[in-house]
Amino acid sequence: MNLKKIRKDVAVVGAGMTVFARRLQETGKEMAWEAAKMALDEAGLTLQDIDAVIMGSAPDAFDGVHKKGDWLLDGAGGTNKPYMRVFIGGGTAVFAPIAGWWHVASGMFQRVLVVCEEKMSSVQPHAQSAFGHIWDPILDRPLKPNLVWIFSMEMQRYMYKYNVRYEDIALVAVKNKRNAVGHPCAQLADPNITLEDVLNSEPMALPVRRLDISPPSDGAAAIVLVSEDVAYEHTDTPVWIDGVGWCIDTTMWTNRDLAFPKFVARAAKMAYEMAGIKDPRKEIDFAEPYDPFDYKELQHLEGLLLAEPGEAAIMTREGKTQRDGEFPVCPSGGLLGVGNPIAAALGIKIGELYWQLAGKAGPRQVKKDVRTGVAQAWGDLMQVSSVVVMRRR
Amino acid sequence: MRDVVVLGVGATAFTSQTPEVNWKELMYDAAVKAYADAQIDPRRDVDSFITCAEDFWEGFSIFDEFTPDQLGAVMRPMMTVTGDGLQGLANAYMQIKTGMFNIVVVEAHSKVSELLTYEHVVEMAFDPIYERPLSAERNVHPYYVAGLEMNLYLHATGTTEEQCAFVAVQNRRQALSNPLAPYGARIGLQEIYRSGYAFSPLKKWEIASRADGSIVFVLAAEEIARRITKKPLVYLEGIGWSSESPWISARSADAGYARRAAQLAYRQAGITDPRRQIDVIEVEDRFAFKELQHLEALGFARPGEAGWLAQSGALGLDGELKVNLSGGSLGCGDLLEASALQRALEIVLQLRGEAGARQVPNARVGVAQSWRGLPHGTGAVAVFARRD
Amino acid sequence: MTKKDKFGPPFNPRGKPLEANEMEKIPHIRAKAPAKYAWAAGTAMSRFLEELKNGKIIGRLCAQCDRVLVPPRMFCERCFKPTTEWVYLPGTAVVETFSISYIDQNANRIKEPILVGTVAFDGAPPDCGIMHYFGEMKPEELKIGMPVEPVWKPQNERVGSILDIKYFRPRKK
Repeated sequence: MNLKKIRKDVAVVGAGMTVFARRLQETGKEMAWEAAKMALDEAGLTLQDIDAVIMGSAPDAFDGVHKKGDWLLDGAGGTNKPYMRVFIGGGTAVFAPIAGWWHVASGMFQRVLVVCEEKMSSVQPHAQSAFGHIWDPILDRPLKPNLVWIFSMEMQRYMYKYNVRYEDIALVAVKNKRNAVGHPCAQLADPNITLEDVLNSEPMALPVRRLDISPPSDGAAAIVLVSEDVAYEHTDTPVWIDGVGWCIDTTMWTNRDLAFPKFVARAAKMAYEMAGIKDPRKEIDFAEPYDPFDYKELQHLEGLLLAEPGEAAIMTREGKTQRDGEFPVCPSGGLLGVGNPIAAALGIKIGELYWQLAGKAGPRQVKKDVRTGVAQAWGDLMQVSSVVVMRRR
Repeated sequence: MRDVVVLGVGATAFTSQTPEVNWKELMYDAAVKAYADAQIDPRRDVDSFITCAEDFWEGFSIFDEFTPDQLGAVMRPMMTVTGDGLQGLANAYMQIKTGMFNIVVVEAHSKVSELLTYEHVVEMAFDPIYERPLSAERNVHPYYVAGLEMNLYLHATGTTEEQCAFVAVQNRRQALSNPLAPYGARIGLQEIYRSGYAFSPLKKWEIASRADGSIVFVLAAEEIARRITKKPLVYLEGIGWSSESPWISARSADAGYARRAAQLAYRQAGITDPRRQIDVIEVEDRFAFKELQHLEALGFARPGEAGWLAQSGALGLDGELKVNLSGGSLGCGDLLEASALQRALEIVLQLRGEAGARQVPNARVGVAQSWRGLPHGTGAVAVFARRD
Repeated sequence: MTKKDKFGPPFNPRGKPLEANEMEKIPHIRAKAPAKYAWAAGTAMSRFLEELKNGKIIGRLCAQCDRVLVPPRMFCERCFKPTTEWVYLPGTAVVETFSISYIDQNANRIKEPILVGTVAFDGAPPDCGIMHYFGEMKPEELKIGMPVEPVWKPQNERVGSILDIKYFRPRKK
């Protein structure tokens, strides 16, 4: 890989997202349209200006629609355009913009629209029913697993190996649900939540309790990416995608050590090298790691090399990761606070980086001056990660 | 701007079923062949891996989970395109063009023999509110839409049913000279007619049978490939893709998706007169009439002309246009998303001079075209060439 | 202060949330996904299942990296080379991690928790094993690193499935 020879630099010039909620009346196509329109409006563009459309959406089983990408394309503005859907499970939220990045960085397109949509409430009786089909049909499915099981196993292993206390993990849920209070799309914002609320919430698959988990949600988000050649035509505050990385580990999840996410570290190193970052802890100002469970924020901070293994819990306990702390983490409120419509988490990861770095985050704006941020998502069978570094120049 | 070349290809044979291996072992088989052909070690040399798959074809909610091991992609950048093999190549092409990636692997496969309810899954691609009830309610096979589209095409261009039947005869015969193809046959128009209407005016033997198989492509930046091999290189000169409205009622009669995809690919490749500039052609023919419609969309014939070319024997090894010499999908089988790579594979073999009995002498420029199938209008076009 | 000023972008996000009962009242279409599959187990897993029927755990050796892969594969994903040899394992294992689950597959609450986790087999590299249930122990007795052994179904009830093992229980000394 030549991580320093990129043909065209790529900037985000607009972002949009719908409300995130357990049930939205809008169809998937309608949600995609709402988000796409908001992103285009912020960029001051119309669909005619867009050369290509990239779609991110998680399993087709949520909608019960085969070739879901093609089905959604008119809502996303893809009609009669080059239209591409990419998919790495939960990691899609940060991966679809990476696909958008190479559409532009290659020199092939100047302005592209990245749309991520998720409607989890269509599947009955519960979104978990669709997750019954993500398992190996021989080794796992006969055991009738619930997706929460494996995360709980991962959390258990993480706590065991790095001596992490549950009370510190639960603080992440408290922080993010409080942060979400400033977010107009939030589903589970709670200004009064306490550590005791999390510790005493009902057991799901121990050590995981109900408030450790982000809620299933419906929603959509979109961003507009443009080439360096035209970025300043559209805005005075473009935010640049300076590093991208992704990595997948083996399918055989029972053959891995679940305590440290090596694939996150590999993806992060790729993105950092491309962005010219040598010391991530010094050079990155804030982070939006993927937080579908509270322990994942900690594990991912460590995978992103922003903390030593086991250290992220201590940073959280000491308040360093608060919005006004020395290293703000998930100032958006994250998936735990805003909601978790899988791929549409684009809006709380890449979207939030854009708004924070452009100085447009309103009451969510972090206290310190930020120039460099990192966003990350994670998916498949706890096995794949996508990482994006963004900068203001 | 760096150029993109095909460094290696590998494929399993295409067959109606593959009970002896699972999908991982099938993909591994094609991957090993491609890496040997490219003279690379995937664990060391490959910067990014792409597989082309749809969850409901496979029966998994997140099929991406089950792809890295058998391609050598563990702990590497790897992703799924929920599109066909040419859309996979398009992403590899763009990744290499960024300057960041040197070698990228693209895989597509079909294990369709393991899908027990094929027609129901196809039906699930229809809009669940407006379109699906029409076929589900009356238990109609969703391919009825192909009958509708064929009727529209015949009406718009004056093409005849007989001209479409010629395509089915030609491609099945042509498949006899392709060792990978399972559905070669010496048949005549009579047999096509006798097979009867499946979805009038579409006849049963004008529909491609399904097959299993896996195909792997290794793409590389030109300067990297030059360091690895002395063999003449096949260049990916241009690639385009496009999607029409997903609504069945909004579909064009002239395969507008293929026309737009071709415009994009031709512009990059400098193709202005495809009929004169392109030596070998592989176009989508899941339904026989589609070959004619696609030839017209790609600029090889005027609307209504392709049927006459087929009837007059102009589409074949001895004809003016070398079309679907591999046997196409009618001969090689419908390989789902891998059908697109099957076409690209044929072009690469032709340009390398490795196409055996069906070799076009001195073939230098070829085009492969794909369509993702009912009910959508999504397709891609890739132009390959020799430059030596 | 307008809503816009109060929140910052995304401004006035759209989307109408519904209550559960509202969901029932709005026009909607119900459908089942009629998708059925029969997967070939493949060369390696077919043998693994056959051996489960015999009450045995089998793996494949990668001669290159000298790992015994369980569950077995015909190729090593690290070396990308064919595996070379079948290797029987004693079946005993240690608990790698676990969960005590109060929900079933469809997220319904259950009274008696399911004890589930991953084990690493003796004779295989660290972390190499499978997911399975635990039994003959109380939830509070389950610990990472605990030595366990499989409890097999009676021979005439085994069908060549991961469920031929009923669960893993604490190993008797």
